[in-house]
Amino acid sequence: MAEASQKIPVTVLTGYLGAGKTTLLNRILSENHGKKYAVIVNEFGEIGIDNDLIIGADEEVFEMNNGCVCCTVRGDLVRIMDGLMKRKGKFDAIIVETTGLADPAPVAQTFFVDEDVQRNARLDAVVTVADAKWLSDRLKDAPEAKNQIAFADVIVLNKTDLVSKPELAEVEARIRGINPYAKLHRTERCKVALADVLERGAFDLDRILEIEPDFLETGDDHDHDHHDHDHAHHHHDHGHDHGGLKHYHDEDMQSLSLRSDKPLDPTMFMPWLQQLVANEGQKILRSKGILAFAGDDDRYVFQGVHMMLEGDHQRKWKDGERRESRVVFIGRDLPEQAIRDGFEKCITT
Amino acid sequence: MSEFDPGEGPSIVSITDRVKPLALGVAVSSVHFLGDRACFVGAEETIAIATGEGEVTQTPVHGGAILCSVSDGKRLVTGGDDGKLVALDAKGETSTIATDARRRWIDNVALHGDGAVAWSAGKTAFVRSAKGEDKSFEVPSTVGGLAFAPKGLRLAIAHYGGVTLWFPNMAANPEFLEWAGSHLAVTFSPDNRFLVTAMHEPAMHGWRLADNRHMRMSGYPGRVRSMSWSAGGKGLATSGADTVIVWPFASKDGPMGKEPAMLAPLPARVSVVACHPKNDIMAAGYGDGTVLMIRLEDGAEILVRRNGGAAVSALAWNAKGTLLAFGAEDGDAGLLEM
Repeated sequence: MAEASQKIPVTVLTGYLGAGKTTLLNRILSENHGKKYAVIVNEFGEIGIDNDLIIGADEEVFEMNNGCVCCTVRGDLVRIMDGLMKRKGKFDAIIVETTGLADPAPVAQTFFVDEDVQRNARLDAVVTVADAKWLSDRLKDAPEAKNQIAFADVIVLNKTDLVSKPELAEVEARIRGINPYAKLHRTERCKVALADVLERGAFDLDRILEIEPDFLETGDDHDHDHHDHDHAHHHHDHGHDHGGLKHYHDEDMQSLSLRSDKPLDPTMFMPWLQQLVANEGQKILRSKGILAFAGDDDRYVFQGVHMMLEGDHQRKWKDGERRESRVVFIGRDLPEQAIRDGFEKCITT
Repeated sequence: MSEFDPGEGPSIVSITDRVKPLALGVAVSSVHFLGDRACFVGAEETIAIATGEGEVTQTPVHGGAILCSVSDGKRLVTGGDDGKLVALDAKGETSTIATDARRRWIDNVALHGDGAVAWSAGKTAFVRSAKGEDKSFEVPSTVGGLAFAPKGLRLAIAHYGGVTLWFPNMAANPEFLEWAGSHLAVTFSPDNRFLVTAMHEPAMHGWRLADNRHMRMSGYPGRVRSMSWSAGGKGLATSGADTVIVWPFASKDGPMGKEPAMLAPLPARVSVVACHPKNDIMAAGYGDGTVLMIRLEDGAEILVRRNGGAAVSALAWNAKGTLLAFGAEDGDAGLLEM
């Protein structure tokens, strides 16, 4: 089994139609970074760069034969990865561009489920390009756009030159209402440092360091952790001001954060988590956790996509480090109270 | 079951010293015989042709990865990510059979006994008849595998959700054999009674063609990547487990309600299988580099290559059954004269 570092990193590039995916892709391919990328695109011809490692794909979403409707994979990706591996050594990383209407989950799940794909490649991050001018509208009328935001590890908020400051604050607040954990970069013409979108290791268990909401506003000493509160109201476009920072609670897509200072009982927590994703996996897009188990000196980390989970002991808790467990779910219509109650029962007394 | 180690086990007969080693220097993805010359298909660009004396010459065939290959003993046809379908003949000469207009990958290829050739790019399957007539057919999703029926001009096209049986020379509608899941490699039994697919999940599926009855062949820990019919089509040997799995096809019901034979267990996954063309023996390659010859009747084993090397990726017998060639992922290969 190849070590994680030897596996080829795969970046999934999503974004609604016209957001600027191709612009970002062209930038990645044309910039002088000394790396060679194999690119799997859904539409040939949009890329202006000559590269024999640009592969056209038909997005074929296959259900796995295990009776689980959300266990879908990209069949074409399995085949293309197989062929690409014959050219190992000819490229350093792979970028998978999805269509504007695609759900990123089947792409991500392909890297969890397929043995051969898993042996050779690792999912690096889901990068979503969003259009600052139109995203707010799309979040209202296009569930695909909302999925892509919810799923993202990195959000490139593009075309910021086309909106006013208040409009920008508005769209950012809407993004944060869905996914407060992704790294957000404001750009014009997708001008973002490539190190901010590539080689992120977002699915690497060893790199789950902390789970904190990401905010651009620095110097704002206001406590931003509003996504941890217990209320369960989901109003339409409900915005409220906290020290100048607007907060939205998306009507159907939200994140849910759980934490405990007391250690968790692994014999309670693991079955609860597995049961939760088995029952609610269709609603849970992403999950992540850092756990302190009773009687265990190691940090335990896990992450998941829908029903698929992977977890491992990461490292020893450091001296003086706060042994706090944190779990985050991003999903659609999450049964918040049931999840909170279930989590509470896993806390040792 | 007791574990055994072919590297040190004294009980196993070894003929490793009779193998002519070949250093090909390129990753091998398959091997086929043209006459008595072993043609090792590289992962990229070239075919390495080895004579019985162990001389190797490299023949360039593609401008990139070689994605598929097939041989009828007279010619070897390969498809590449350069969109080309290339034939190599017994004289060592190459010719381009077809070039995809959109330079799509040629994912699959099949040969018919009468000289027809079939290939696929994306969802489209193409057939060129022996007379040189081209026809194409599109299936609902990307073609996973192709196989010609042993009789008549009938092409099995495996894809997501089942297999389409297409008759390129007939106006009749293609037949569709449905089974949920993604179907990859496909093969007809030599007597034309059964059709079997290797699926994306670790299982195979079969149909009895007379009545389309289903046969589920599951239990594999890994995907089945290699299938080979034993002499006379009595059994279908497969990779994917840590033993060679041989499904019985001699009776009219095929493997329905029967257990497969499980031969030559090793603490490594079987990666490739090749049955002898005439006798009831076969060769199997493993993920740990081991190559064994196995008697189908009782599972008796002979060691051809020790473990410790790269995974075995290619195995083939010549038509007479006098030569066995094997190749590994790291370009190490060998030739054994029986």
